[in-house]
Amino acid sequence: MSGANRIAGAGRLTPAKKVRFSFDGEIYTALEGDTLASALLANGVHLMGRSFKYHRPRGVLGAGAEEPNALMGIERDASRQQPNVRATVQEVFEGMTAVSQNRWPSLAFDVGSVNNLLSPIFAAGFYYKTFMWPKIAWEKLYEPIIRGAAGLGVAPASADTDHYSSRYLHADVLIVGGGVSGLSAALAAAKTGASVILCDEQAQMGGALSYESGVSVDGVSGFDWASNAAAQLAALDNVRVLTRTTAFGYYAQNFVGLVERVTDHLADPRADMPRERLWQVRARQVILATGSIERHMVFANNDRPGIMLSSAARIYLNQYGVAVGTKVGVYTANDSAYETAFDLKRAGVSVEAIVDCRDNPGEGLLSTAADLGIQVLTGHSVVDTKGARRVSSMIVERNGGGARQTFAVDALIMSAGWTPSVHLYSQSRGKVVWDDGTQRFLPGECPQDCASVGACNGTDALQASIDEAIAAGVQAAVDCGKKPASTVITGEGAGDWTGGMAGSAAGAGADTTVKAFVDFQNDVTAKDIRLAVREGMHSIEHVKRFTTNGMASDQGKTSNIHGLAIAAEALNREIPQVGLTTFRAPYTPVTFGSIVNHGRGGLFDPARKTPFHDWEERHGAVFEDVGQWKRAWYYPRVGEDMHAAVNRECRTVRESAGLFDASTLGKIEVVGPDAAQFLDLMYTNGWSKLKPGRCKYGIMLREDGFIYDDGVVARIAEDRFHVTTTTGGAPRVLHHMEDYLQTEFPHLNVWLTSSSEQWAVIAVQGPKAREIIAPLVEGIDLSSEAMPHMSAREGRICGVPTRLFRVSFTGEAGYEINVPANYGPAVWDAVWAQAEPLGACVYGTETMHVLRAEKGFIIVGQDTDGTVTPHDAGLGWAIAKSKPDYVGIRGLMRPDLMADGRKQLIGLKTKDPNTVLEEGAQIVADPNQPVPMTMLGHVTSSYWSQNCGRSIAMALLVDGRAKMGQTFYVPMPDHTIEVEVSSTVFFDEKGERVNG
Amino acid sequence: MLLIHCPYCNEERPELEFRHAGEAHIARPTNITAISDEEFTQFFFLRDNPKGIAFERWRHMHGCGRFFNAVRDTVTDKFVTTYEAGQPRPDLPAGGENEKGAGK
Amino acid sequence: MAKATMAAATGPLDGQVAGSALVSIKPMEPASRLAIRARPDAIASLSKVLGVKLPQAPKTSAQSTAAKSRQRVALWLGPDEWLVIDDGNADLMGICAKAKGLYSAVDVSHRNTSVLVSGKGAEATISAGCPQNLSLDVFPVGACARTLLGKTEVVLYRVEEDVFRVECWRSFSTYVFAFLAEAGQSPMI
Repeated sequence: MSGANRIAGAGRLTPAKKVRFSFDGEIYTALEGDTLASALLANGVHLMGRSFKYHRPRGVLGAGAEEPNALMGIERDASRQQPNVRATVQEVFEGMTAVSQNRWPSLAFDVGSVNNLLSPIFAAGFYYKTFMWPKIAWEKLYEPIIRGAAGLGVAPASADTDHYSSRYLHADVLIVGGGVSGLSAALAAAKTGASVILCDEQAQMGGALSYESGVSVDGVSGFDWASNAAAQLAALDNVRVLTRTTAFGYYAQNFVGLVERVTDHLADPRADMPRERLWQVRARQVILATGSIERHMVFANNDRPGIMLSSAARIYLNQYGVAVGTKVGVYTANDSAYETAFDLKRAGVSVEAIVDCRDNPGEGLLSTAADLGIQVLTGHSVVDTKGARRVSSMIVERNGGGARQTFAVDALIMSAGWTPSVHLYSQSRGKVVWDDGTQRFLPGECPQDCASVGACNGTDALQASIDEAIAAGVQAAVDCGKKPASTVITGEGAGDWTGGMAGSAAGAGADTTVKAFVDFQNDVTAKDIRLAVREGMHSIEHVKRFTTNGMASDQGKTSNIHGLAIAAEALNREIPQVGLTTFRAPYTPVTFGSIVNHGRGGLFDPARKTPFHDWEERHGAVFEDVGQWKRAWYYPRVGEDMHAAVNRECRTVRESAGLFDASTLGKIEVVGPDAAQFLDLMYTNGWSKLKPGRCKYGIMLREDGFIYDDGVVARIAEDRFHVTTTTGGAPRVLHHMEDYLQTEFPHLNVWLTSSSEQWAVIAVQGPKAREIIAPLVEGIDLSSEAMPHMSAREGRICGVPTRLFRVSFTGEAGYEINVPANYGPAVWDAVWAQAEPLGACVYGTETMHVLRAEKGFIIVGQDTDGTVTPHDAGLGWAIAKSKPDYVGIRGLMRPDLMADGRKQLIGLKTKDPNTVLEEGAQIVADPNQPVPMTMLGHVTSSYWSQNCGRSIAMALLVDGRAKMGQTFYVPMPDHTIEVEVSSTVFFDEKGERVNG
Repeated sequence: MLLIHCPYCNEERPELEFRHAGEAHIARPTNITAISDEEFTQFFFLRDNPKGIAFERWRHMHGCGRFFNAVRDTVTDKFVTTYEAGQPRPDLPAGGENEKGAGK
Repeated sequence: MAKATMAAATGPLDGQVAGSALVSIKPMEPASRLAIRARPDAIASLSKVLGVKLPQAPKTSAQSTAAKSRQRVALWLGPDEWLVIDDGNADLMGICAKAKGLYSAVDVSHRNTSVLVSGKGAEATISAGCPQNLSLDVFPVGACARTLLGKTEVVLYRVEEDVFRVECWRSFSTYVFAFLAEAGQSPMI
């Protein structure tokens, strides 16, 4: 048995296909295809959750995406737990574990429900007004308590082990919604040969056809027609049919986000299947066939478990074969609830009474009710209900007053009418229009290439919906350049559900204090909305935020119109004058997993590794992140900490030699007859006189005169330069240069090509550098006479081509060996085999930083910060005096940049040589000045220098170069450090070692 | 995500391939060293940032690599037209041209 | 120095392989590549010496038909920019040097590496991360474009209906390969 309330012969599930699941520890049996909600109802479980604020017992309200009440935690295993899942959407699978939320210790007995008794205090705006005083209590008391009580569901504690997939998809026509309108539009569009995507959030196509029992289309039952149509479409090459797929966001230029739930309904999904797939669809035309959502009646205690939408009861009966009760009451302001009552009665369920607040229901309904023996009370209202954990009775009163009748019921179904689902239309930036005749908001003009058809467009009659959808499908295809093709579909037997009411019903009016819920999930009552208006909220946007109506995860799918009508009534204005809040994406909640999809773990961000990375890893390198690059930071030997390793590496380079991976430096090949002229414009230096085979240090400015980048540039040939940039600056420097070349100097015959990754670069630095590489190099005279400092040669090393540069960022004699990247590892091995026996080491970026600081070489971005000119950095010598123009030339002439008082880069020596300053520390003249002190500059680089036997630092200091030898102070939290201004060159001040 | 028509690729391409590059039609003075501080300020620091029709530079960064110009409505976020770098400002049709089908 | 011991070449994806029943993802053998930029007056001469006509229409490529350069293809990347790839590892820089006119040729053989994605699920696999429309009518056989795959730039070249060459910079290749491998687990065709 799959539940006592399953009606034999009803519904479409197969009785033999049973699955077992647990809810709050109890094991239940369901049928394959059940939702969690239908399975629980089949087993007589109506109590499915507790409301957010008052912890009131709640059952299921709907049977679809709009569900505000039945939110659960679904657990597959320890790492796969999803809170706030709508039981009406989640399909049951074998072994599924579901738990209720927002209750402690149990769903039936919940301590938090004391809030319900205190509800007079917890009116709308309670939080804003109550926790104001005393101020200190907010941080210490109120906020921790409120945070503890807040939030719905429990976030999973461990990382999600599922994976998620992404897919861009392009189509002629995207159709959202697979009801009769969507299917008709899809059939019509597909027939023209257009590429079509049809998606629906349900597990099957059909929409309302899945429960509208009397409908037939093209001579067969509506649901059979829908199933056939879906199968027919899926078989076509030009159509993609996506079930369990929600269109959650409609963005610019027909860009629509869909999320497909791939495995949530499967007991044992294959490991290669993503849990969800994000489809990012670009459609030339969009057809919205999103249907409509039934509204509940707003009356006293309308939230007891067992009280639900009439359409939901009809779905549970006709799709799942589940009776929502044995004695069902009906409360309606619309004809659709009659159809449910009739279906229930025909299935053998007792319908106690249909209470219709209208005097005149639709034609023929009263006689059908009479034929079926159902009592109808027109001009009556349900004014209250009873029942603790499930509704037990409804109390009915004639409109305008009179004696009350009580009907014992175990379910109460209701309908206030239908709200067209204009969410996606609104997201597309469409403006909804109030239709006075039918009292509802409908799509207005479409701002994008889009059409709304069927119920979401306010088209109520079945054949009219079909015809409208076919016309839209053909038109969309024609707009994509297809030839029209004719499609005819005939439907009959559907009821007309136009009309209904919005706002509070009898017994819940302005003169009452009853709890008549408008928004179930956020516990907003009609009274709360009136209070908001009394408190001065006159805009619906303010009412919404004050009461939180429509702000829960269901986004007010059932509550918005009621809330608006009640506010309008309280304001004594018409509904369109009060306005509707804007619908925003997502339509229903979307997991972070599907948004992030592939971009997690190793694919979160590319990790760029140099050709030498494997070697470095094998030799114990510790890596640091430099942008996306993984760079070897230092190479600790056994027993060494970072400090010891860096000290050893620094000493070894200067005593013997060191190998360094410089591959990450940006490289740009500048080629063309005007290459030198172009570089003259891009750098402060002059390039025209640089001879092929020579290198030069260049400084690049922005137009405002501040340093943008620097690097060594080698002239390979008259018309070919090998430019290097900082590691981090490579992409933006190329962008900057391309910008000037394309848009300011397009007349120059020169081109730029990134060659950063063409070359693997081994820096060999130190007194033994030449000795190390000499045996490996062919065709290049390495003597200082033939190849002095700042020269570049092409030749071979280890038998492969190289661009060999004699350059130094350490102050030692040294080389940078550029080889085509794939040869890098083998060449490195060969160089290391030479270097190691000579006592050389391999060093990382930390040692590189220390060695260059010993020489006073700047690092752009560390010693400069975008407000430093070449003069400030002590690099005035690198500005060519005679050039008529270069980027930044005018910026440097700005008065502020030429005035005294600018911060200049200088060296700092601490009075105590063992004290190492902190980078970023501020510099003051008078340590006894009261705070705020006059800050004269800051430390930009600071290290322990093993080679100098003391700490060294560089700093930017106001008029620093005029203050050589003067004493300043660096205040720290608990002491003050005395420093002396010095040159930035701490080692080999004459610079003789590079020539060695 | 917008679609942007690249005038060099002659095709609409996804916005992800592009990078915005500031206001268009601001030429670097050829006599830049001779201009006054005020003129430099106007050239380098001040921008119009209009509400409505704006002339912008974009680069098809992850595509053909070309810089080009675009006319975009900053209120509707819709492109009116795009054209090659170095071309003069286009004549714009008067009003209402960008109600539908942006970027065409 | 003994010339016999020429350093061996090591590719960043050596030995890797991935895919599923629907798609095969594998690194390609080393190739020689040239980044060419040229003024119009040099195009004819460059085409002649390279034995492949540098295409002038956006998003198109040209395959060499000459016997000695049959493994050579020229991809249009921009209005004055081409990527020439020779899977036979010909000395493209040397060949190119004979061309007349204003142009720039830069050897990028080792800058790029390529992954071959083939099989019925190839287009679907790449569409996991490429925002361009890769359907056959919009991105036909022979089409090529610099674009994005996930968070990196790639050059995409459709060799056959179900065969794509994905070119990327060397250090991005592990990301590109891993991305394709994950997306290729269960591509939705």
